[in-house]
Amino acid sequence: MNEIVTPKSLGLSREDLPNSYIGRSVPRPNARKLVEGRATYTDDVTLPRLVHAAFLRSPHAHARIVSIDTAAALAVPGVVRVFTGADLAKVCDPWVAVLAHLKGMKSAPQYPLPLERATWQGEAVVAVVAETRAAAEDGVAALAVAFDALPAQVDMETALAPGAVVIHPELGDNLVFTRTAETGNVEAAIAGAHKVVEATFHTGRHTGVTLEPRSIIADYNRADGTLTVHHSTQAPHMMQNVFATQLRMAEGDVRVICKDVGGSYGIKVHVYPDEMAVACMSKIMGRPVKFIADRFEAFGSDIHARDHRIKGRLAVDAEGRFLAFDIDDLTGIGPYSVYPRTSAVEGNQVVNLCGGPYAFDNYRCTTTVVLQNKAPTSQYRAVGHPIATTVTEGLVDLAAEALGIDPVAIRRKNLIRDDAYPCTSPAGMKFEGLSHHASLDKLLEMVPVEKIRADQAEQRKRGVYRGLGFASFIELTNPSPFMYGIGGAKISAQDGCTVRMDPDGSLVALSGVTEQGQGTEAILAQIVAHGVGVPVSKVKVVTGDTQTTPYGGGTWACRGAGIGGEAALQSAIALKEQILEVAGAMLQAQAASLDIVMGEVVDKATGQVRMPLAELGRIVYYRGDTLPKDLARELVQTRHFITKEYPFAFTNGIQASWLEVDVETGMVKLLEHWCVEDCGRVINPMLVDEQVRGGIVQGIGGALYEHCIYNEDGQLLTTTLADYLVPMAAEMPDMHVGHVETPTKESLLGAKGAGEAGTAGAPAAIMNAINDALSPLGARVLAQPFTPDRILRALGTIA
Amino acid sequence: MKWPAMGYARVESLDELWQVLDAAGPEAQILAGGQSLLATLSFRLSEPSGLIDITRIAALRGVSVAGATLRIGSLTRHAELGRDPLVAAHAPILAEAAPLIAHPAIRNRGTIGGSLALADPAAELPACVVALDATIVVASRGGERRVPAADFFQGLFTTDLQPGEIITAVEVPVATPASRQTIVEVTRRSGDYAMAGLAAVLAMRADGTVDAARLVFFGVGSGAEIATGASAALIGAPLTRATIAAAQGALADDLDPPGDLHGGPELKRHLARVITARALDTFLASAEQAA
Amino acid sequence: MNRRIDITLTVNGERVSRSVDTRLHLIDFLRTELGLTGAHTACEHGVCGACTVRLDGDPVRGCLVMAASLDGSVVETIEGLSDSGEIRDLQEAFVARNAAQCGYCTPGMLVTAADILTQAPNASREEIREHISGNYCRCTGYQAIVDAVEDVLKSRRKSEAA
Repeated sequence: MNEIVTPKSLGLSREDLPNSYIGRSVPRPNARKLVEGRATYTDDVTLPRLVHAAFLRSPHAHARIVSIDTAAALAVPGVVRVFTGADLAKVCDPWVAVLAHLKGMKSAPQYPLPLERATWQGEAVVAVVAETRAAAEDGVAALAVAFDALPAQVDMETALAPGAVVIHPELGDNLVFTRTAETGNVEAAIAGAHKVVEATFHTGRHTGVTLEPRSIIADYNRADGTLTVHHSTQAPHMMQNVFATQLRMAEGDVRVICKDVGGSYGIKVHVYPDEMAVACMSKIMGRPVKFIADRFEAFGSDIHARDHRIKGRLAVDAEGRFLAFDIDDLTGIGPYSVYPRTSAVEGNQVVNLCGGPYAFDNYRCTTTVVLQNKAPTSQYRAVGHPIATTVTEGLVDLAAEALGIDPVAIRRKNLIRDDAYPCTSPAGMKFEGLSHHASLDKLLEMVPVEKIRADQAEQRKRGVYRGLGFASFIELTNPSPFMYGIGGAKISAQDGCTVRMDPDGSLVALSGVTEQGQGTEAILAQIVAHGVGVPVSKVKVVTGDTQTTPYGGGTWACRGAGIGGEAALQSAIALKEQILEVAGAMLQAQAASLDIVMGEVVDKATGQVRMPLAELGRIVYYRGDTLPKDLARELVQTRHFITKEYPFAFTNGIQASWLEVDVETGMVKLLEHWCVEDCGRVINPMLVDEQVRGGIVQGIGGALYEHCIYNEDGQLLTTTLADYLVPMAAEMPDMHVGHVETPTKESLLGAKGAGEAGTAGAPAAIMNAINDALSPLGARVLAQPFTPDRILRALGTIA
Repeated sequence: MKWPAMGYARVESLDELWQVLDAAGPEAQILAGGQSLLATLSFRLSEPSGLIDITRIAALRGVSVAGATLRIGSLTRHAELGRDPLVAAHAPILAEAAPLIAHPAIRNRGTIGGSLALADPAAELPACVVALDATIVVASRGGERRVPAADFFQGLFTTDLQPGEIITAVEVPVATPASRQTIVEVTRRSGDYAMAGLAAVLAMRADGTVDAARLVFFGVGSGAEIATGASAALIGAPLTRATIAAAQGALADDLDPPGDLHGGPELKRHLARVITARALDTFLASAEQAA
Repeated sequence: MNRRIDITLTVNGERVSRSVDTRLHLIDFLRTELGLTGAHTACEHGVCGACTVRLDGDPVRGCLVMAASLDGSVVETIEGLSDSGEIRDLQEAFVARNAAQCGYCTPGMLVTAADILTQAPNASREEIREHISGNYCRCTGYQAIVDAVEDVLKSRRKSEAA
């Protein structure tokens, strides 16, 4: 463990170290407002002269915009103005979402509203601003827009074929990006293998379904030239930069405020054209404009994700050792790469992550990222991980079956040894320290495998088919600038925290990472309380305001605890030192002989209370005249943190799913689920467990229910929550979460990310469990979601 | 989307309703529980000129038994249907169906009359009342008429209701000792519309002989679909696995399901066969059930 | 027919009178006319449950109730249930179990869960899951919510027995 004092590290009990908060399940201080309905989501904000936007959206997957007649819309009572793409292009520059380090990547310029063509059904084409949202919608209904429908390129499999509709002719073709990683000699390994298993997997296109839809209020003040944006976002500073750059403003003139966010999961870290349009319209009109996406708009224009077809081969020797993974990934990303993270990262992650938990020598993986006329895809919780894990773990189970080896045994044989670190994976990923075997051990303590296997055998005799499936995984967290910054994206990998002591001895921590419900503010309060030495109730955390918080990247890639937490810890430690310096002067003691415990300066050796922080605050702020003239007394400290040694802090874990397949109806009933994960130092075990559980259920959604279904014309058919099925309470299993802790040495805190582990591994565990259940019947499913229809087809029940 | 602009009027009696209906014209719609109607307004697919709220007409409330008939007022909410002792005693399939309809908050508002008037092809209650051979009581300014449930439903979201008419009650023949009633459905998630559902009402003698059978499917066609062949296959002989298999076989001619987002017609046909067995198995003599 | 309707109703114990547009559903009425922003809309199709509030004693989908129809009704929202203290134990259990993450579903979930406390005081975990199965939560995976409701059912049973 890193050198950070916890009761455990000192061999003490919690009572001996009262303000030790790291590793402790403290309830979230900001939860009470949530349960009392007193939170402030963006739609809860109202402003003087506020007007509301609604959009006419393309009814076609691909169409030329022939004409836009706004007269009738402008005549609708309450309608204030109508904006077209050309209107907004006057105040807003287009953006192109490419990353320089993804060699050869290309995409087309995107405007807030398109100028000539609509390229997916659901793309905003014309905006109407009115006194109410209802009036704005009436205005949209009254618009007369003539479209000339064009042939659409819907199927990703034919996007590069001769005769494909080239969506942006200036790009030459529909290829956005392709990359092959190759290590060793895959062909030779396969030729010499004892067995080679192969399969083609599909991960269904799905989306995040934040319960709070995308929400924004842009408020441009002509008098002082400032733009204030109330935004439901994960990355306020990134959006500040985007608004400033595209609207040709200084960053300091743009303020992004993000209070409570009703779910994000990656959906709210992207630049959406309709939201940019809102900022443009506010700038033009000089008054606040609100846009709250409705559920139709959410399904049609929130980013989608995971639309992949993956062919995989795994070569093994006679003992079941892995010789080579050979993977070919294809993904369709819609008509534009999404700014600024791009839509090539998901496929790139598949290349980075396949085979990740295992030791083997030969690797080849290609991703091919193509355009199509569907909603754009981009980063959604656990970007690429569930895809890579599905392919890897699916192939592992196929190999186990081919060799007649138990699924646990084949994993045990091939997982990277816990003493092998640091090491680099065949895909080129640098691992600082992982714990696959310890995690497997822990999982086997939790999962009653023998009992389950006995029950499985017994049930099969009665025609009841139950299955147990496993999935090991790795997860990429705490990204360095190697993820986006080196590619030219203005996405901050560093983050900062300012900690201030107020006169009454309470602390305020201002952080660049944001609260999306995962408990960021709670863990920051714990870290600061721990670092300074005050009760956690004395720490107020402020996030989500670019005008007051240190510059940072916000919330993505599980960086809140690892990056934002370390910045908070370092600034807390710096503040503590400063406080003790002042205290030493006041008490005529060496600062080093003093400590702060539960909000009081104490003598370190005896524990005797010397002075409450409130008294120190009173003197510093109101009677500074009594202190030595040259004494530094700034009771505020800021520290920023960035990882330097490793591009990413990898975490790892393993999941198990136990379920029953109704082979008559094809329905899957989840019985129980387990996950052991290693996110480094756990700051708040309860919050980590709940992140894992919530993540597992999002993985279950992709595995069993969620699917953005398009017809062959590119029309989205799943446009309501009645058609797009999200996991609900009645069908979800109880989930057991265990931990192994391997802190990263990059930081004092040692925390890595925990928010995506559940989603990364759950689909693969469920797939393997279903296939375990179906194995006596000779059936197998490899295409998510695993619907009754697909299971009955696999069984041969229906053709 | 927000609701379209429309008028609203609340009426307290049937007489007042007739007056308001006359004044409102044909584009106005009746608002009962509103659990489907108001949702569709958010699609802006229907834009009624106005909604006439009938929820405070006392005459449309209440559950009662007179002789061999159970009368269920059209404003009876799904939640009330599920806990009413008269319904449980005399039309147990309706009590069994109620918890399958959506979720508690919806059941607290949705009414049986509204569900029948909408005639959603995947809804439980239309199939149940057809299986029960119930009578739909319909009223208009001109008076009352009674329509057998099987004749009331005329296809996708289509009923025998004429302009100016509303459903006032459903009359159900009370269950007898010979009655066997059950409802079985396959849903992806609790409360979802069924991928396939079956309301089965049989009359069986003590020796197991089936004297009458109505197997009515939902979610597999344009409405409540009476499986005439399958029903006939059960009648006149004791219920056995063999007669159930015969009924399953007859479904091939009885049903012509369309595909939907869950899958194609073949999936629906298959599920219909599965739930036929699952529903009828519960009526088998216990000796055969165990076998 | 009128497109504005005068209504007088009781909201969280206070009598309010408004002339409302017929286009308003109960939630938009609460949010825009009364400033009660605790109840949320998230689908406006009656599917997600985020808008669940209490109407005349029963949980309902607020997006499927016309504000114009509410003359004489009694509405209770999360703000009222908080102020009255009726579900304080449930709220505390939600905090203790971290049964709310982003919190957007939480007011609706609490109104639904409160119904279990009165309607099904002996509910099993499966029955709790079934009862809340119409309330979508994207964050928690539901287990903490089930745990919290189960905790409160147990403690209320215990205090009744005592």
